[in-house]
Amino acid sequence: MRRLALSTALIMSMLPLAAQAQEPLKIGVLLTLSGPPAVLGEHARDGVLLAEKTLGDKVGGREVELIVVDDEGKPDIAAQKARDLVEAQGADFVIGPIFSNIMNAIAGPVTSGGAILVSPNAGPSNFAGKDCNPDIFVVSYQNDQMPRTLAEHMNRQGVANAYLLAPNYQAGKDSLNGFKSVFKGEVAGELFVPLGQLDFSAELAQIAASQPAAVYAFMPGGMGVNLVKQWSQAGLGSIPLMSAFTVDETTLPAEQDAAVGMLTGSNWAPDLQTPGNAEFVAAFQGAYGRVPSLYAVGGYDALMLIDSAVKKAGTEDREALRAALKQADFQSLRGSFKFSTNNFPVQDFYLTKAIKAEDGTYRTSVVEKVFTAAADSYVGECPMK
Amino acid sequence: MFNLFLLQLLNGAQFGILLFLVAAGLTLVFGIMDFINLAHGVLYMIGGYVMAALSAATGNFWLSLALVLPVTLAVGLVLELLVFRRLYDRSHLDQVLATFGLVLVLSELVKILWGAAPLSVAMPEALAGSIPLAGLMRYPVYRIAVIGAGLGVALALWFVIARTRVGMLLRAGAANRAMVSALGVDINRLFMLVFAAGAMLAGFAGAIVSPILSVDPGMGDSILILTFVVIVIGGVGSVKGAFLAALLVGIVDTMGRMFGPILLKSLMEPAAAAQAGRTIAPMLVYILMAAVLFWRPSGLFGRSVAR
Repeated sequence: MRRLALSTALIMSMLPLAAQAQEPLKIGVLLTLSGPPAVLGEHARDGVLLAEKTLGDKVGGREVELIVVDDEGKPDIAAQKARDLVEAQGADFVIGPIFSNIMNAIAGPVTSGGAILVSPNAGPSNFAGKDCNPDIFVVSYQNDQMPRTLAEHMNRQGVANAYLLAPNYQAGKDSLNGFKSVFKGEVAGELFVPLGQLDFSAELAQIAASQPAAVYAFMPGGMGVNLVKQWSQAGLGSIPLMSAFTVDETTLPAEQDAAVGMLTGSNWAPDLQTPGNAEFVAAFQGAYGRVPSLYAVGGYDALMLIDSAVKKAGTEDREALRAALKQADFQSLRGSFKFSTNNFPVQDFYLTKAIKAEDGTYRTSVVEKVFTAAADSYVGECPMK
Repeated sequence: MFNLFLLQLLNGAQFGILLFLVAAGLTLVFGIMDFINLAHGVLYMIGGYVMAALSAATGNFWLSLALVLPVTLAVGLVLELLVFRRLYDRSHLDQVLATFGLVLVLSELVKILWGAAPLSVAMPEALAGSIPLAGLMRYPVYRIAVIGAGLGVALALWFVIARTRVGMLLRAGAANRAMVSALGVDINRLFMLVFAAGAMLAGFAGAIVSPILSVDPGMGDSILILTFVVIVIGGVGSVKGAFLAALLVGIVDTMGRMFGPILLKSLMEPAAAAQAGRTIAPMLVYILMAAVLFWRPSGLFGRSVAR
């Protein structure tokens, strides 16, 4: 009898821990939180934290444990930390990353480890097309969509020729290709600069010499700050500079008046008239002392998506969970939102403009809607149905 | 095309002047004390941050710039007393490790104090705007002021080194440290002076560049590597060499980015030329360094090293 009791106890102890249903939900948050682009990761992290607070510290009705880690902007370190999150710490979901090259490094470790990856920002073309994956959801956008929005705006304005400027790495090339696939005018010139370059004097001189009708630039983070500041100093104020990921709430605090009036393409702005957006902006400003950016929105929506799906389907039945995620049954800060077959969003895109608000902060503001319910252009290459 | 060439020459000179301000301190520290200081770029960054903090507090560019000098001088002195003084007699490996550690600590400290987001400094009214150069080309007044300030500092340094007693001791110290010490000169005090002055120059560079570039935690790292290229090309310990090498590096880098692809286009098809051009342009500075070291192993103005 005693032996029987002992072996029963043994068998019981070997049953998977998952049997205890109300174990907290574990969500890894893997973002770039150090180095020059750290501010992008901080916005996304604060967006996730604000969503957690809004949900009353419960996600999908369950206690939640958020594990925030820094990928240091390095793909190898990111892959290692993703593996640790999923395998050692048993994360059910990973929210991340900021950068597309990191996405390529962590997608494998996260999905093969049995977790679901929800990207708050990076949306590289391969995951929208041939590498699409039932365990990867991108709540932000596909990288090409912002430049396409600006190119479409330039077409409508009848811009005859444009000069293009981007850093010399994959996302920079993608960005210019996305722009050129839509732009109908002539490309006056194309310049690639080393990633991390801060002084654009040589490039600005060439643009001044060529006098194009407009300039399209993709210069994320600190590079964008410097480009915008040097733009007017070089006497180029008469040429419109339209950019993607260059003028937003992460860079405007440094660009200030130099950026006011500049146009950019985006899927969100603080003054977008959607349910809950004004409250989100006010709460974010109150809690973190800065105006939220589209990175913060990505983080916020990522956790809201997870909440809606876990509430519906729990985490035990993988197929049901995937289906619940795909329904995207949550209130996005961007208003209408659903997923394409490739798990990338179908959403509206806007032309936005940098302004100085009444409270003295700098932010973007919606000028007009450019695309309505737009899907990305790679969805046809994705075998998922 | 000639106008563009002239404009890029000015751009190159302005970049070179900036490199010189950072390199002047580093080459003296390296040449006289035989001390490898990877934390020199951090002093440049601190100059930028102090400038950003002061101009936000006072709203006055000139007052802030004047205050940056004593602050960075003091930072240099404190670092010398607390850290570097203990490293002079250690091996180069120890120096590299310790100063690299300092880079990490100070960068993190800056991030704790000011956050990771880039900061900006408003340009003084008097120097904002641009002047017409030729045709449609304009050049920012502020960049001309930077060139002027850098030339002024170079002149002042030349005067101190060539014409004063301290300068004489410096030159003697660079040539033979032990002998200067044996003649009764307090070499430690000399070192401290050199170090603090170098820190102040780097801080000054960080401060005057802040209205053009953003101030962020990575700004020191990006300039440090080129600064080392400059002092190696110029010859370790030679301020004159650092000045010429800095101008050379600045102009080669700027011109290469601009004219490399254009030159290559006459040799190969445009698409390949553009691709090759943007690959080769960032390498030009290092190719220049390799070439200089091949023909003059101790740099343009370096003495043949015999330690």
